Amino acid sequence: MAHALLNRLRVFTAAMLVAAAPAAGAAESIVLASTTSTEQSGLFGHILPVFEKATGITVKVVALGTGQALDVGRRGDADALLVHDRVAEDAFVAEGYGRYRRDVMYNDFVVIGPGADPAAVKGASDTPDAFGRIAGKAATFISRADKSGTHAAELRFWKAAGVEPVGQDWYKEAGAGMGPTLNMAAGVDAYTLSDRGTWANFKNRQSLAIVYEGDPKLFNPYGVILVNPDKHPHVKKAAAEQFIDWITSDAGREAIASYKLGGEQLFYPTPR
Amino acid sequence: MSAFAATFTDAVSLLVTFDHRVAEIVGLSLRVSGAAVVLGALIGLPLGACLAVARFPGKSVLTVLVNGLMGLPSVVVGVVVYLFLSRSGPLGEFGLLYTPPAMVVAQTLLVVPLMAAIARQVVDDAWQRYEEELRMLRFSWWRSVTTLLHDCRHSLLVALLAGLGRAMSEVGAVMIVGGNIDRATRVMTTAIALETSKGDLALAIALGIVLIFLILALNALAFGLRHWAIRRFG
Repeated sequence: MAHALLNRLRVFTAAMLVAAAPAAGAAESIVLASTTSTEQSGLFGHILPVFEKATGITVKVVALGTGQALDVGRRGDADALLVHDRVAEDAFVAEGYGRYRRDVMYNDFVVIGPGADPAAVKGASDTPDAFGRIAGKAATFISRADKSGTHAAELRFWKAAGVEPVGQDWYKEAGAGMGPTLNMAAGVDAYTLSDRGTWANFKNRQSLAIVYEGDPKLFNPYGVILVNPDKHPHVKKAAAEQFIDWITSDAGREAIASYKLGGEQLFYPTPR
Repeated sequence: MSAFAATFTDAVSLLVTFDHRVAEIVGLSLRVSGAAVVLGALIGLPLGACLAVARFPGKSVLTVLVNGLMGLPSVVVGVVVYLFLSRSGPLGEFGLLYTPPAMVVAQTLLVVPLMAAIARQVVDDAWQRYEEELRMLRFSWWRSVTTLLHDCRHSLLVALLAGLGRAMSEVGAVMIVGGNIDRATRVMTTAIALETSKGDLALAIALGIVLIFLILALNALAFGLRHWAIRRFG
């Protein structure tokens, strides 16, 4: 009696779980762990329908910081990664978690600050100089501090400027994605470093503006990685490789280049 | 103040032009949280009733534990469920991570202590009143539990509504185990979080208004049903 009841409960539980799942689930899909910058800039919304139409494969994007996305790949919870921290990416492949890495596209970082620019960053000669001016004036700077690709780049710029910002009064570690960090900077009139895509799609700017841009050091390359099926046998290798081949093909490059926001191109396919 | 007002005006005008994408997100929210509440009720209500009726050593400790777990942070539940369902975790082979069933599991864990704690209180009050009678009828221990649950069914509605409110409004757990994947695991709260990150505060508030009205409507429905049932069946 108790056994039959238990069995019925089990069937019921399974039914509830299935009821929660969307009805259409027959089409093939892969999980792509990527960065908030690609998702929040609207790029995926533009290029993925093109890929899905061409191949019938659905790409499920989980948007995280680069460090977190690499972690998800390490655990085998994604089939492919699209991230932007070259040093960490190469380490990921070298450790055997990724089968290979390919260049996809690039954009650039921009230094965001209050329109009044109290640290006079607009007159900086290069990126380390811009960061040095912020530190020199002890102007409030909001750091992602979330091990993302943007955070890694920011730390490189402080190092190049010869500044140790962690622990300083004016240096706030948000531990948040790009959007929340920009929301904070807008709220307290602070400086921060952003990728151009997220900034272009960001609506709550208040007094914020780009105060420094265009230095080649601000180059921000994105790579795609196949999670190693030898480590995680359930990785959907064929479908994931189809995606990697497509996004690095002429068709994929065209889709990336044609994504514009307010007439501005946000991502550039890596030159061959 | 004017920026604040403008955000609200934008939000209201967005509500008028809602499209099917928003309907999809609302639908998934209802399906996931609804399933979690049904499963949570099946576990939480009997658990709470047993806790009220049964006598065993450590009962007060367990009662405090269940009451305390009502305040379980959803992010912690999310991380724990993530570790279990991750491909490298003990239940990884089922491939449930980043799917709606994973979100149901996480939300069920969140609502069980809440529903059990409320059920325990409701059934305990009834048990104080009817203990003598039930003993005289020589009801078995389990029969007392089911009888009390049945007798208290109208009052236990509040446990269901509390569970539903908690499930539909939490963001921490579904964000981690669902991944906020467009057209797959995006629910109202994760959509609100995403729009906030994009600085689109008007859309975030518009979605928030929908969420609040949805929860209010479900509560009103439950309120009406309860009154109807009491009048109809006593």
